[in-house]
Amino acid sequence: MTDLQPTTTRKDWATDQEVRWCPGCGDYSILTAMQLMMPDLGVSREDTVFISGIGCAARFPYYMNTYGIHSIHGRAPAFATGLALARPELSVWVVGGDGDMLSIGGNHLIHALRRNVNVNILLFNNMIYGLTKGQYSPTSEVGKVTKSSPYGSVDTPFNAVSVALGAEASFVARTHDMDRKHMQEMFTRAWEHPGASLVEVYQNCNVFNDGAFDTISKRANRDANLINLRHGEPIRFGADHERGVILADAEAVIVDVADVGEEALVVHDETRPNPAVSFALSRLASGPTEPTPIGVFRAVERQEYASANAAQLLEAQERSGKGDLAALLRSNPTWSV
Amino acid sequence: MTDLADAPNVPDVERVVIRFAGDSGDGMQLTGDRFTSASALFGNDLATLPEFPAEIRAPAGTLAGVSAFQVQISSEPISTPGDEPTVLVAMNPAAMKSDLNRLAAGGTIIANEDAFEERNLEKAGYVDNPLDDGSLDGYTLIRVPMTKLTREVCEPLGVKPRDAERSKNFFALGLVSWMYTRPVEPTLEWIASKFAGRDAVIAANTAAFKAGHAYGETAELGSHVVRVAPATLEPGEYTNVNGNTALSWGLIAASVQSGLPLFLGSYPITPASDILHELAKHKNFGVRTFQAEDEIAAVSAAIGAAYGGHLAITTTSGPGVALKGEAIGLAVSLELPLVIVDIQRGGPSTGLPTKTEASDLMMAVYGRHGESPMPVVAAHSPAQCFDAAIEACRLALEYRTPVMLLSDGYLANSSEPWRLPDVDTLPSIDVSYATEPNQTNEDGDPVFWPYARDEKLVRPWAVPGTPDLMHRVGGLEKSDGPGNVSYDPQNHGRMTDIRAERIARIADDLPEASVEGDPNATVCLVGWGSTWGAIRGAMRRLGADGLPVAHLQLSHLQPFPHGTGELLRRFDRVLVPELNMGQLVKLLRAEFLVDAHGINKVMGQPFTAAEIDRAARAALAELEETS
Repeated sequence: MTDLQPTTTRKDWATDQEVRWCPGCGDYSILTAMQLMMPDLGVSREDTVFISGIGCAARFPYYMNTYGIHSIHGRAPAFATGLALARPELSVWVVGGDGDMLSIGGNHLIHALRRNVNVNILLFNNMIYGLTKGQYSPTSEVGKVTKSSPYGSVDTPFNAVSVALGAEASFVARTHDMDRKHMQEMFTRAWEHPGASLVEVYQNCNVFNDGAFDTISKRANRDANLINLRHGEPIRFGADHERGVILADAEAVIVDVADVGEEALVVHDETRPNPAVSFALSRLASGPTEPTPIGVFRAVERQEYASANAAQLLEAQERSGKGDLAALLRSNPTWSV
Repeated sequence: MTDLADAPNVPDVERVVIRFAGDSGDGMQLTGDRFTSASALFGNDLATLPEFPAEIRAPAGTLAGVSAFQVQISSEPISTPGDEPTVLVAMNPAAMKSDLNRLAAGGTIIANEDAFEERNLEKAGYVDNPLDDGSLDGYTLIRVPMTKLTREVCEPLGVKPRDAERSKNFFALGLVSWMYTRPVEPTLEWIASKFAGRDAVIAANTAAFKAGHAYGETAELGSHVVRVAPATLEPGEYTNVNGNTALSWGLIAASVQSGLPLFLGSYPITPASDILHELAKHKNFGVRTFQAEDEIAAVSAAIGAAYGGHLAITTTSGPGVALKGEAIGLAVSLELPLVIVDIQRGGPSTGLPTKTEASDLMMAVYGRHGESPMPVVAAHSPAQCFDAAIEACRLALEYRTPVMLLSDGYLANSSEPWRLPDVDTLPSIDVSYATEPNQTNEDGDPVFWPYARDEKLVRPWAVPGTPDLMHRVGGLEKSDGPGNVSYDPQNHGRMTDIRAERIARIADDLPEASVEGDPNATVCLVGWGSTWGAIRGAMRRLGADGLPVAHLQLSHLQPFPHGTGELLRRFDRVLVPELNMGQLVKLLRAEFLVDAHGINKVMGQPFTAAEIDRAARAALAELEETS
């Protein structure tokens, strides 16, 4: 964050468009967190672009007084990649839901992450299709009964953090819509990260999948079921930090600290070059119905795509001189008549 | 080495059509390409037709693996690679089997007799060796033990026999260069530079080339030598260029002319990939090439770059256009500049990836959901791909719209001499970004409306980074002017009309339709795309006989130039040669109520001039009978 006093306020970052999410939707609290946070980043509105695909979450750009594109289903990471590559000085955000990012757009998500183009991808995961009125999504749990799965879904769901880690992401975090401060911390970290960042936001859809995250996000449940990852600290949770995480048989396992001793706990390190431990942590919970890690799973420095590309352009100009069209047309043998 | 280019007693012929055919691994494309370059530098007019299988290495010696390169060289202006080869270079039995039927009656066959052994004959489906069984009696057969002679000449160089064999295409090139009095120096220089650092390869290829050249003399093939004099082309500086290279350079030229950086989003696909390869080389022009994860990402990234103020391009072939359809529709809705380059190939589905066809016209004009009109521009010759690319970019940038640029596999890979333009005379492309608010709200404050329009109905291009012009665009319908999401029925109708009208008005900016040849002729040949060359060839023949046929070439297929309908209605017969089942015919009928007739060919090959000539004469005869 900048040391300068913010020159804008939340109002400057909001548009005059009426917000049209269902009353009570988790998207409101994410939008509020974002609009309140932006003045603190010290970035100007004209240098900020929000890009989305299709879905409830994808309406997000209409409500941010920045530049923005509400594109087509699943392709937002590709639009953002093009813009970030063309204009690396911009601050580019991508917003989408679990259907947008992990189903129709899964391919673009993983490729944006592996390329490490400097975009901040916010994946609003409500584990359901909202805008098409309630079908199961690629993150819905097995057995999910919906309009399109009246006998229960037989699809194995994606774990968004695992997917991102497997896709060579250099920054992966998880947060939830009931904790503004934590969301803002994760969004800021994503913005600061030079490269592609993925933040999974557990987001409640109160119409089609209400309470999906209650087990972990309700205030009364948080101590017992939210494992807050803190870089450099042993991974502990519980009201009295009585529980912890160890590595055993190449897996992350939840234990009672009293049983193993504090020194046996995993000390969280976001910067491990090998994502294996972060991946193990992402597998601690099979869904938000048991103790689930939130926070930054991984934050490593890796060559950023647009700047690597810009360096090649510079190098080519230094080596061959600025392009000369007349010379280009004569680059093959010529003859005169 | 003797050079026969200036020797006395060598007969002159106006033109020769040579077809080099062999196995995919025999280097036929390289051989044809070198022969072409030497001929270009010699000053001939020429046109080429490379034809190769989709497989990189089909089983050696099989019919499926035959790769061929046809070139016509001429002392007179030409526009096609020739209807029928007069010379067939057959490097193996499969090449003979697959390409003999193309050879003109009485033509010359130069066969590598070493390859006509039992196994290869069997693979090609020959029971008897055609070199021996008399089946080639109608042709002039020149049998040359190319493999053996190449091995022999390479042996003293210490080149292993297996490696030496790979130089046999240079033996063939040397022999054909001698027969057609091509200068040898350009090829020797090219070998030295192409294989620089690989001395053994240079030595082997050079030795094979020289051995082939010398063979003609020692084997007393002198009676076959002919000379094709340089063509009398318009004075100027020339280079030999194929369609994909010219198109790539046109895109770079448009970037220079508009002052906007070039962004290419592309996914490799035959026969368009060479544009990606070419543009990737020219980063010193500020060109950004993005090899995307798929066709959809390629076009999406391009639209993202367009929103950022770049000259954005996506290149592909038919299957890729199908995948890009939804994103192109978004570009129509966003009214952002974008050029989609479709190097058409045989379809449907994967179809014939390496063969030409022009069956994407309907997809280009109509292939999106909703009412989503956009301009369509077609290139008509390899070199003209340069101008077509500039024109597509100009329309995209000045009218803020996606534009489809159609080329095809034939134009992409064929080459011809190109009289280089003076870069100072290239068309200018006028485009600027919005810099300030364009409206005042009810409180009297300046505001920006992204969908306010100028007199051409073009909306402002406000790029991120510009203060006070923050705005959101999207695929949802926008209100006319402010550009906010709108579900208002009246507004949707109005926006639909505006989108149609703004594309239709582009015709105001195009030259009126006009024909080549007699505007009062009886028959009009209407061409679009690469049929231009064959139509020109037919026009020369028809014109030589004084027949009343005119030629209208349509470079703009949406919108059509003003006057197209009026012009076509003046003819008794409108004939439309197309490498499809009649797509332009349908458009002309629908737009102008003109009784257009198709000449259709869907065989993966371009038209020959003879086919169009015959069709035009048949139409004239029919009109004569009924009049």
